[in-house]
Amino acid sequence: MGVAASRTTNPILLCLLVTVVGMVVAARRTDAPWAHGFRLYLTFGLVIITFRVVFRMFLEGQYGTHVLFRLPELPLPDAAAGIRIGGPVTLEGLLAAVYDGLRLAALVICVGAANVLADPKRLLRSMPGALYEVGTAITVALSLAPQLVESGRRVTRARRLRGEVGRRTQWFRHIAIPVMTDALDRSLLLAAAMDSRGYGRTVGLSAATRRLTAALVLGGLGGVCVGVYGTLDTTTPRALGLPMLAAGVAAAIGGLALGGRRIRRSRYRPPRWQWPDVAVACCGAVTAVGLGVAASVDPDALNPSVQPLVWPSLPTLPTLAILVGALAAVIAPPPRRSSGSSAA
Amino acid sequence: MIRFEQVAVTYPEASAPTLQDVTFTVPEGELCLVVGTTGAGKSTLLGCINGLVPHFSGGRLSGRVSVDGLDTATHPPRELADVVGVVGQDPLAGFVTDVVEDELAYGMEQLGVPPAVMRTRVEETLDLLGIADLRRRPLRELSGGQQQRVAIGSVLTAHPRVLVLDEPTSALDPTAAEEVLAAVTRLVHDLGVTVVVAEHRLERVAQFADLVAVVEEGRVRVGPPAATLADSPVAPPIVELARLAGWDPPPLSVRDGRRLAQPLRDRLEPRLPRPPSAPPADRRPQPTPLPPVLDARGVGVTYGPTVAVHDVDLTLRCGEVVALMGRNGSGKSSLMWALQGSGPRSHGRVLLRDPARGPDAAPVDPSTLKPAEARGWVGLVPQTPTDLLYLTTVRDECAQADRDAHAPAGTCHDLLETLSVGIDRDAHPRDLSEGQRLALVVAIQLTAAPRVVLLDEPTRGLDYRAKAALSALLRQLADEGRSVMVSTHDVEFVATCADRVVVMAEGEIVADGPTAEVIAASPAFAPQVAKVLAPQAWLTVEQVRAALDEGDR
Repeated sequence: MGVAASRTTNPILLCLLVTVVGMVVAARRTDAPWAHGFRLYLTFGLVIITFRVVFRMFLEGQYGTHVLFRLPELPLPDAAAGIRIGGPVTLEGLLAAVYDGLRLAALVICVGAANVLADPKRLLRSMPGALYEVGTAITVALSLAPQLVESGRRVTRARRLRGEVGRRTQWFRHIAIPVMTDALDRSLLLAAAMDSRGYGRTVGLSAATRRLTAALVLGGLGGVCVGVYGTLDTTTPRALGLPMLAAGVAAAIGGLALGGRRIRRSRYRPPRWQWPDVAVACCGAVTAVGLGVAASVDPDALNPSVQPLVWPSLPTLPTLAILVGALAAVIAPPPRRSSGSSAA
Repeated sequence: MIRFEQVAVTYPEASAPTLQDVTFTVPEGELCLVVGTTGAGKSTLLGCINGLVPHFSGGRLSGRVSVDGLDTATHPPRELADVVGVVGQDPLAGFVTDVVEDELAYGMEQLGVPPAVMRTRVEETLDLLGIADLRRRPLRELSGGQQQRVAIGSVLTAHPRVLVLDEPTSALDPTAAEEVLAAVTRLVHDLGVTVVVAEHRLERVAQFADLVAVVEEGRVRVGPPAATLADSPVAPPIVELARLAGWDPPPLSVRDGRRLAQPLRDRLEPRLPRPPSAPPADRRPQPTPLPPVLDARGVGVTYGPTVAVHDVDLTLRCGEVVALMGRNGSGKSSLMWALQGSGPRSHGRVLLRDPARGPDAAPVDPSTLKPAEARGWVGLVPQTPTDLLYLTTVRDECAQADRDAHAPAGTCHDLLETLSVGIDRDAHPRDLSEGQRLALVVAIQLTAAPRVVLLDEPTRGLDYRAKAALSALLRQLADEGRSVMVSTHDVEFVATCADRVVVMAEGEIVADGPTAEVIAASPAFAPQVAKVLAPQAWLTVEQVRAALDEGDR
């Protein structure tokens, strides 16, 4: 859906999109701690729109004829020609800003919804075996964050007991040092615990194979990054785009496969990819593809013009595509095992 | 099962070996209790069993340690994971995942156990330890006793032949400790697991042990429990009582003690000093009630929907040591923070009066004071005292404390000297022993000369000697006219130092009265001596000794 959002600036479509996403979230949210952030993302979206509009009002050059009101204009030296602060505010300019802001906000909200719905731990568990070490590291890091917050709070509280409050300059020494030492102590304990529970048991694998795997995976991921950039950015030569992407993906897959062979670990109740998950993913894909197709067929409907002013139309194809996304709310199993991929 | 041969361990930069000339064997299916004073080398000994010492900790190990026939010199801890399971002091610090079920499976995933076997073992372990209803709960939300059982479960699923536990009950209330120990004894008796456990609170475990290893100045003495504990530097109260009464070999359980205790009870009968409600005879008999210094009415603390403290009335008086007891999570810490004024308080009022200023002086509410002033009234030593320390040497910490409290230079230093002799002023606070660090923080807090001193769980990780020192210190503070309140799970400690005991449950005060009355009456809180000598109301070995001495004169 995020993909869909980036394709359009039509406000009606965007509002519909956000509603759909919101509905899916409301229907299939769990009680987990990460699931309470959706409101935050919504607020963030609003903030984006506001910022966009305010900046447009004050800074950017205005066009169009429907002047709403005038702001006091700040005379700038000639060197800054082309930049204007203040001046007339037009309906057209404002609308363009709102549309733009709305698009960005919808994108943020979609990503937010994905975050809210998917358990980050579960996502990690679905990672290929060769990335297991990375996964463990991320899991540990994820659990470290709340620990840091907790020990930070504890130390801040303890500071009050020594009667030291408000000396900002010494903050680092007073708060950060105890927190850091605490974190260090903890990580040593954790490392000892993991070691004694069999983490990193070697199963007689040659160092060369290990190095080859690492090189392939890292090189592959690098390739993928360059490739994606090349494909999306039109200014880079074509040669750098798709072929690089393909090579990167190939190298990464090769590395993962090679790495996967050496895994002698087993998984406890690995998450299974079941039909609701597939269906949910399909809903998201249909929305994205639908809007993509619509964009090439009828670009005007998706990007309504502000100059001259027209009331944005409601094209059929994209609307249907977005509504398909709403199906995810029904298809996904009710919470406890929440859907993971509706907002990709 | 576990064999030490001529083992010596020397850490880098240490002048003397931490352990030397250690030779002993623990047969299969025995419970071996490791005892010793703080810093005697107990943790090093435990670390040797699965190779964390020296593979992880560094240092040099000479001699040979073998477990189930595997030499730890050639097998690092991870290769021993299916033979030895280790649970550290703080179970939370050792958790890798965040949900109970995943944590139980983690060790098996590392060992490559097939998924079907994993499922069965997880279910078995959940049932074995009685934690089946916790399976999907996040680990951080569990109580201390539950966390400890999950930690034991998470190493048990790998089916180790040996289980190593480092102070499994030190942070637990008496009931939770019993749950954990019951689970451990079940493993020994039913499954033949060999268990090695280090513990400071011997009164809890001594009766379950098959073997006792006394670690003393780097040397280890292993033998049958009764005989070994009879002359060990640390011994549970019942053994102290046995030494006093001349029982040989000493009993280890209350039951055995009672069988032997009849003659002693007869001897003590005529000397029963007091009706049980009076304060101990040797403590300042004061005809007039002590002047109150802190008066709390209807205090409540809520965190969102959770009520931590509910409608608590409490009066602290000058010259009195009050013990605050209660289950983990019963609101003891929240109450202390609320009384100090730094923590949140949602209801009620706390008023402080300085008796020295006469009865007419206006009372003060600590939460309205600036932190620097509040600590001049109420000093709180939090559960993790190290949170207060941030400088690199003890000397700097003392100087900083003097500056913070606007006290003459050297005040904190002198206080520290009276609390604990022989702390190296140039040492890093983190390198001090548990007891020394506590003394340092207490000294820092006392520099501000508070009228009320609150200590949150100071007895964790302290051995009997350090606890006796702490007890004497609290008595001294009270005798100086301060009011002292200490929260603890340690009934033996309470019996030796407190005048009054307050018991909390679910955020409310459920009992408040003189020590003898409150703890002798409770089955969970009664100290060992009281249990052995019941129905006579003796609480500590010291009281019995004093009574006997008096009678002999």
